[in-house]
Amino acid sequence: MQETELIERARHEVEVCNACRYCEGFCAVFPALELRREYTAGDLSYLANLCHGCRGCYYACQYAPPHEWGINIPKVMAEVRQQSYTEYAWPKGMGSLFERNGTIVSGVIVASISIVLILSMLLVSPENFWKARPAEAGSFYAVIPLIVMQVVGVASFGFALVAMWMGARNFWKDAGPEGGVGPVALGIALWDVLTLKNLGGNGNGCNDNSEAFSMRRRMLHHAMFYGFMLCFAATTVGFFYHTLFGWHAPYDYLSVPVVLGTVGGVMLMIGTLGLFAMKLMEDPGPVSRKLLGGDVAMLLLLALSSLTGLVLLAVRSTGAMGLALAIHLGFILALFLVLPYSKMVHGVYRSAALLRRAAERNMKPLGGE
Amino acid sequence: MPDLRQTYDVLVAGGGNAALCAAITARQAGASVLLLESAPKAFRGGNSRHTRNLRAMHDKPNDVLIEAYHEDEYWDDLLRVTGGNTDEALARMTIRASSGVFGWMQACGVRFQPSLTGTLNLGRTNAFFLGGGKALVNAYYLTAERLGVDIIYDTEVLSLNMDDGFVRTVDITLRGFPETVQARCVVASAGGFQANLDWMRQYWGDAVDNFVIRGTPFNRGRVLKNLLDQGVGAIGDPTQCHAVALDARAPKFDGGITTRLDSVPYSVVVNQNGDRFYDEGEDVWPKRYAIWGRLIAQQPGQIAYSICDSKAFRLFMPSVYPAYKADTIEELAIRMKLDPMKVRQTVEEYNAAIPPGQSFDNLKLDGNHTVGLTPNKTNWARSVDKGPFYGYPLRPGITFTYLGVRVNEKAQVIMDNGQPAGNLFASGEIMAGNILGKGYLAGFGMTIGTVFGRIAGQEAANRARN
Repeated sequence: MQETELIERARHEVEVCNACRYCEGFCAVFPALELRREYTAGDLSYLANLCHGCRGCYYACQYAPPHEWGINIPKVMAEVRQQSYTEYAWPKGMGSLFERNGTIVSGVIVASISIVLILSMLLVSPENFWKARPAEAGSFYAVIPLIVMQVVGVASFGFALVAMWMGARNFWKDAGPEGGVGPVALGIALWDVLTLKNLGGNGNGCNDNSEAFSMRRRMLHHAMFYGFMLCFAATTVGFFYHTLFGWHAPYDYLSVPVVLGTVGGVMLMIGTLGLFAMKLMEDPGPVSRKLLGGDVAMLLLLALSSLTGLVLLAVRSTGAMGLALAIHLGFILALFLVLPYSKMVHGVYRSAALLRRAAERNMKPLGGE
Repeated sequence: MPDLRQTYDVLVAGGGNAALCAAITARQAGASVLLLESAPKAFRGGNSRHTRNLRAMHDKPNDVLIEAYHEDEYWDDLLRVTGGNTDEALARMTIRASSGVFGWMQACGVRFQPSLTGTLNLGRTNAFFLGGGKALVNAYYLTAERLGVDIIYDTEVLSLNMDDGFVRTVDITLRGFPETVQARCVVASAGGFQANLDWMRQYWGDAVDNFVIRGTPFNRGRVLKNLLDQGVGAIGDPTQCHAVALDARAPKFDGGITTRLDSVPYSVVVNQNGDRFYDEGEDVWPKRYAIWGRLIAQQPGQIAYSICDSKAFRLFMPSVYPAYKADTIEELAIRMKLDPMKVRQTVEEYNAAIPPGQSFDNLKLDGNHTVGLTPNKTNWARSVDKGPFYGYPLRPGITFTYLGVRVNEKAQVIMDNGQPAGNLFASGEIMAGNILGKGYLAGFGMTIGTVFGRIAGQEAANRARN
């Protein structure tokens, strides 16, 4: 991480926290910062990615604005995270996509849908495109050929995976622990990721838009995350059905991929739209407004991906199937394309930060008694 | 905006822990309650927003505290720090009541956490608020609002107009405008006067200009003075305040916990003339930090400088301000605007006065001492010779004042003639001097505020409703 004015500001705020330590019961960030008295830019990147943005510390802080020191950890950490996404991005130049991320994600969505729609309408005859078919094996491929789906899907998603892996490596080099990582640390980190323990304010939840605690954000994030995972599982099961057993989509309403995808899609919509609604109502105090565009764009992309998937399920045996399929795949293509250059990367870096925290769990705090 | 033409059952003057405990308890007992906080909402909560824990008696471990802390040990601790300057009946009642407050506090939304670090080994005796005192204050305000307590910020109580031992009317400034309100009972929970520099100046002279006020600038003692001027019994030495040593670069008000400095026992401390003036290693820091404020207040310019070397630098908690740092003592002295030759001479004399062969142990009173100095250092005396050298400027930091109003076990305010006032109660710092006449016990201010706030709220509600 480069030394910037932002990093200087974050370092100052973290030093105030280290002299106070009242918030150490809230989450992993405070016990982690108590292990040191000097912070490299990499350490600050680590702390920033460890921060889940629950805002408990903001409302509890005796030095929060309008105090003359204006300590605002959730906000400064969010901005350092953004800087870290930019710097760790692979290939390097692509980091600039995190500037004005909301505009870029929206642009990619529009472009993806347009291209898929235009190409499928150009390449498929109108009668074929608008034809009502029973939901029988292979009907989707009459609109978009299987080979195109496979090549574009594997290429875009594969690239996203590689880019995110390289980003994680950059984080680990810059902000990883000094020692190694054992299996216990891996287990702890995985548990923290899957339970969002640090979004819990020591079991009390987050501060949504006031001093009051609630579990709303944690539950909505769980709905979104596990909904997304169910959709991913649906796709994976479909892939095995297709390649191992030669069973071709679309599948029955009660088949495993459709049930997983439907439940996952509904959960994903509840989670993303709930989180979006919370953003509309949030207290601007602990929030960095300039990051809002990218956050909202990703929430809506996920929501619309699942909504269009559910619409496709509903209309798959009518004449609107071709249109619904093209739009849905346009959203999915956009999702794969922006994956490594969007809010989605927070999952990668946060998991890595939790892994470092787990690896350092036995270190002793400096100072005190 | 609440209708101030109505006569409230209970009016609470103040907006910190004690005021909130009184207001919530009175409301829970069925009273209509008006709470007037002189600070704006962002700075509400008086000094409570800077606190961290509450000292509580417990006979066995509970979900908040480990082991046991019995009444007699608690009482002994109090007796020791106050030197007997307390009221045993009130003190023991407070101590006993402290064991029963957790359920009520948790029901009001207050959350506790295990104590972790930097807390002066208080895990057994003190319950720590998750997120500290401001989080506690937030929880109480949310509860008070939910229960229907009327709360007005930016509104100071100017005068409780008393007649024959009864408060008849209350003069306030309602967001800058004068107003008179009526209440059947009043609870005074408006704190001490440590932020009123002109009042402090009466006892300390112009030295107060060099004092740092650690907490809220809103504790100006308006209600306290108003009551004492109307024949309410006074308690506590008006000239005394709790004064600690803290980083001289602290803001004048509201610097809170982060400006503290624990470097003294491992340092050489000089005044602005470059002379040592007190035994830095007299006892462990938790038992000595509260005398150093007074010691520094008595030095020229009310300032002192703590100097240590790189061997000692990591032994104490960091202050929020970076240490002055230099490769030689002279350079360090120049950075701190001290006479370099004089400081070097003081440090050299100190180094030369340490007999060889002592073994240093920062975890206990190690007996490492100097010989032949005035004053000698009696523990942790180790030569200051390994650069780089580090220095911190220190000033007196005022936590609270001891002067208060006299109360009985029902939190009723006692008049000069010994009779309790008819409808006036008090809780918190404004009456803490009844129990804590001298010294300090960590977390005890919050205990007094919580226990007396609850009593005052209950008694005021009972009286108003009968």
